[in-house]
Amino acid sequence: MSTQMQQLYQQVILDHSRSRIGNAALLREGAAGPHGSSHQINPTCGDEIELEAEISDDGAIAVRWSGDGCSISMASASVLSELASENSVEGMLDIEAKFHELMHSRGTIVGDEEILGDAAAFSGVSKFPARIKCALLSWVAFKDALNQAQTSLKE
Amino acid sequence: MFSRLRNDFPILDTRVGESSLSYLDSGATSQKPQCVIDTFTEYYSQRNAAVHRGAHSLAVMATDAFEAGREAVADLVGGAPEQVVWTKNATEALNVVALGIDRASHGFGGEAAQCFSLGPADSIVVTEMEHHANLVPWQQLAQSTGAQLRWLPVTDAGELDLSDLESIVDETTKVFAFTHVSNVLGTINPVDTLVARARQVGALVVLDACQSVPHMPVNFVDLDVDFAAFSAHKALGPTGLGTLWGKTDLLNSLPPVLTGGSMITTVTMEDSAFMDAPQRFEAGTQPVAEVAAFTTAVNYLAEVGLEKIFDHERELAGVLLDGIAKIPGITVLGAADNRIGTVAFDVDGVHAHDVGQYLDSQGVAVRVGHHCAQPLHRRFGVTATTRASTYLYNNTEDCEQFLAALAEVRPFFGVQ
Repeated sequence: MSTQMQQLYQQVILDHSRSRIGNAALLREGAAGPHGSSHQINPTCGDEIELEAEISDDGAIAVRWSGDGCSISMASASVLSELASENSVEGMLDIEAKFHELMHSRGTIVGDEEILGDAAAFSGVSKFPARIKCALLSWVAFKDALNQAQTSLKE
Repeated sequence: MFSRLRNDFPILDTRVGESSLSYLDSGATSQKPQCVIDTFTEYYSQRNAAVHRGAHSLAVMATDAFEAGREAVADLVGGAPEQVVWTKNATEALNVVALGIDRASHGFGGEAAQCFSLGPADSIVVTEMEHHANLVPWQQLAQSTGAQLRWLPVTDAGELDLSDLESIVDETTKVFAFTHVSNVLGTINPVDTLVARARQVGALVVLDACQSVPHMPVNFVDLDVDFAAFSAHKALGPTGLGTLWGKTDLLNSLPPVLTGGSMITTVTMEDSAFMDAPQRFEAGTQPVAEVAAFTTAVNYLAEVGLEKIFDHERELAGVLLDGIAKIPGITVLGAADNRIGTVAFDVDGVHAHDVGQYLDSQGVAVRVGHHCAQPLHRRFGVTATTRASTYLYNNTEDCEQFLAALAEVRPFFGVQ
């Protein structure tokens, strides 16, 4: 097996793609705290995700999503959900920016595990231009949903 | 013969990592023989000039090359050279027909174009297995004219369900557009039955021939279709060139959608008169080098023989289908017996993108995704599939390389 394939499909990615964190029904108006949701689609392959972000009173973020797609896109949503449960809004915005940078690095950056957690395992994905969109699909949805949640928090 | 002609395609010697290339994505685009590649150099170094204008020698040679392409295509698919219209691609060819009908429906083209006119009392019929290129333009036409859009469903076996043909294609039907061969299932549709029904109700027949013309003998005159579209790049030719074939009287009365230079007879400040086909649809500077290269491709195909190509690919399809059947967890979409070497399948527990990525690591090039046929995938309950598609340059070794890699996909992703 080629090293590139091992870098792309790291065990942690395969594990997340099978047991998916945050893969749960969206609560929509049933959510207690300020929330937002976003539906993203990758028109080239049909990968799809609907993701909800909710901010609770203590500032914690909860992410729920449902989707259909390749192991990279599903694992990415799972990793994102895990990170969201462990970080503040500011922390997640910082992680989102760093993950975005990592994905566009063409393999020139090594992800910082201290900050990115399991998302650091996606550094190999950035060497596969056709798969970057897969990894970013849930993050685009998350940024959008979180932005809505923050807006309704201020209102 | 087929083992020898493989050497005509230099790209097939490409190494993918440590593997030799098994190119099974000809349904998306075909590879090119050296003679087609050489035609570009030859054209630009010896014959390049503007066509249909200028009296100098080079202009005559370029025009001859451009027009010789129509003759070659007419020899291949039937009809006269003036029935062959060059377009940017097959998608544009289908749009030229749909948008031309739209213009006719809005009063353009005078009395001659009234035969195309559509309104709310009319219907357009397509099928559930269309490529988006032969679906979306008809949706647009229906929305623009108020005509009703209907479609023939697809059976579990991946064939057109003809049980309600007579009620779906009825007296209101003005356009019946369908694909000759499914780009996903590989199914060859019964054009004669469909055309016969269209003739009973007086509907125009538009044939998407993108997946048939490169792979089997096709004669549009014998099939009695009104319009047909196919692309050069799927038939050993270059990108940037498509063909719209039509019956002469229909082409000459269909309002053109691209207007401007090279397609007019007289222009005043107020109005213009248009030429007959094919120039009628060829406004602006044309892809002359591409036509010259495609002419070489068409001659190459004719020399090999479409009948032989069809038989060769049928054999490869058999190898693919028999091999896939032996691998656990793979479901092929459709089961038509009358088919070309195109096989789309679902791998249980592994997304098509991941399948494609793994196959690529083993040197196998296939297509993954919805193959521009979302409704068909939805009908089979999947969003994406993996598709292997053959051409004349493929051999049994390509298929075996693919099958060996495919057998490893589920183990690699830990799916039992």
